[in-house]
Amino acid sequence: MWKLLQIELFKIFKRPRTYIAFGAVAAIVFLFQAGMKFDGKSYLDLILNSVSDSFEVSDDFKGRILNGYFICFAILNILLIQMPLLVALIAGDSIAGEANMGTLRLSLSRPVSRTEYMLVKFTASVIYTVILLIWLALIALFGSMIIFGTNTLVVFRAGTIEMMEAGDVMWRYFAAFGYAAVALTTVAALAFLLSVFAENSIGPIIATMSIVIVLTILSEMNIPLYDKTIKPYLFTSHMVAWKGFFYVKADPEGTTIRGSIHNLPAILKSMGILVAYIMLFVGSAVWVFRKKIF
Amino acid sequence: MDTIIRVTGLVKQFSDVRAVDNLSFTVPKGQVYGFLGQNGAGKSTTIRMLLTLITPDEGDIEIFGMNLRRHRREILRQTGAVIERPDMYKYLTALENLRLFATMSGMKASEQKLMEQLDQVGLASRAHSKVKTYSQGMKQRLGIATALVHDPGLIILDEPINGLDPQGIAEIRNLILSLSRDRGKTIFISSHLLSEMELIADSMLIIDKGKKLVEGRVRELFDPAETLVMVKTTDDERACKLLSQSSLHASVKEAGPAGISITIHRDEIPLLVNKLVELGVGVLSLESKHSLENYFLSLTGGQSYVEAAAN
Repeated sequence: MWKLLQIELFKIFKRPRTYIAFGAVAAIVFLFQAGMKFDGKSYLDLILNSVSDSFEVSDDFKGRILNGYFICFAILNILLIQMPLLVALIAGDSIAGEANMGTLRLSLSRPVSRTEYMLVKFTASVIYTVILLIWLALIALFGSMIIFGTNTLVVFRAGTIEMMEAGDVMWRYFAAFGYAAVALTTVAALAFLLSVFAENSIGPIIATMSIVIVLTILSEMNIPLYDKTIKPYLFTSHMVAWKGFFYVKADPEGTTIRGSIHNLPAILKSMGILVAYIMLFVGSAVWVFRKKIF
Repeated sequence: MDTIIRVTGLVKQFSDVRAVDNLSFTVPKGQVYGFLGQNGAGKSTTIRMLLTLITPDEGDIEIFGMNLRRHRREILRQTGAVIERPDMYKYLTALENLRLFATMSGMKASEQKLMEQLDQVGLASRAHSKVKTYSQGMKQRLGIATALVHDPGLIILDEPINGLDPQGIAEIRNLILSLSRDRGKTIFISSHLLSEMELIADSMLIIDKGKKLVEGRVRELFDPAETLVMVKTTDDERACKLLSQSSLHASVKEAGPAGISITIHRDEIPLLVNKLVELGVGVLSLESKHSLENYFLSLTGGQSYVEAAAN
């Protein structure tokens, strides 16, 4: 199994297409960091407009807000919505691409079981997703920390401000990246399932993105009827729960409780739903693949 | 063990089409076994069942004396296969492709061993080139190298010479013959190119509409020395009369506007020409038809094969 996984990773990282995602992530992050470096105050003013009625914000405070932790949080808000496309590029190609090249039949006529083959393929897609997130963490978090320094993280949420001391932030990022890995793995699992039905990779990639876009729109739609009937069951509704790690509890004086999370059970529930979706998608993919005629 | 493949009562139905219908055959050890049939006769379906890519509806497959369902892994470890025309991993080199399939087959091959394998299929000088720069024939040879990389006892080739130029066909033919004669491999090869099969196969199985038509050693099935020739003369009517009275072992099958078709022993073709000329009948053209092709046409009804081959 380990040898097979090595083969899959070798194939993934030998393909020029694999590095499109790394290049795209780097380009977006660097452009955002450059914009913040030269005109970060204007960006901050735009955000503060929504809360300035309730809070007095001094120039000194603005200067402290604009630090590496804040920049990384802003990048994640923008990028984690787009990253499913980059993940689908690889996961959607994993089976369909082999079918298209005529190598799927060659591989399946080797002494490897279909279940083993599928699990190895999926694991390789997950590893790719995790490596992509590590890359994002390196340039968005550590890169921003180097460029902008560190200070208290301020997060704006529905007209309120959440504040975390610098020493109380890093673990939250690790947790958030971990959660994002599960969320993106859900998209990878969907692309992987669709890949089983196709004989070229464009179909599953486009289909995955279409599904993610439609479900994300439904998740964001402010129609009360859908709030309890549809939204709780859509995996896209739970993909953004990583933000929960940056929502904190406060004591009666209004001071943030260090190490606290506002609603941990909600995050765990969302994660559970995503894991259930992953199992459903991958289980279905393996079941279909085992029955398939090649 | 004298039998490498034993198939009994194999059946595969796709909705309302019975692709393989109660097919039974045995492949002896060390032979090149030709698997013939028109396009759509059920060859590829049968091959895919031999490689567990399709599950049979009925029947048993034994390879190396083991049941394929129960001993899939052990059997595939000793089997190499090329199915249709794999493009291989275009973004990898030939050496990388080969190493990858060797690992999948459970072996750790040294670079020297892989290079020897590439040398055997004539690709050693391009071992480090990306496969996307390869011609179709080179990809086909690389496909065969991947089938051989783990030194299997049985090699299954599905239409390996499809789409190759004459030189490529000759190279693959020589490779197959050398694998069988020099290295004792059993080769199960499907094709609809009858003339090629005639040159390489020791035994053959001909199927049509999923059913077995005939199976046996090539020499026992038909006499390759006996051939069909199409002769066009200056006076076909007189030529027919003269031939019926001559001492040659020739028989006129048909005479028509296209010429006279004659079955004759290959050695007697020059005598036939001399005889006609001596008796004052000029020979305008003489075309020899393959014996196997005649045999195949007589089994399958002819016309449909000609149409299929033309398509």
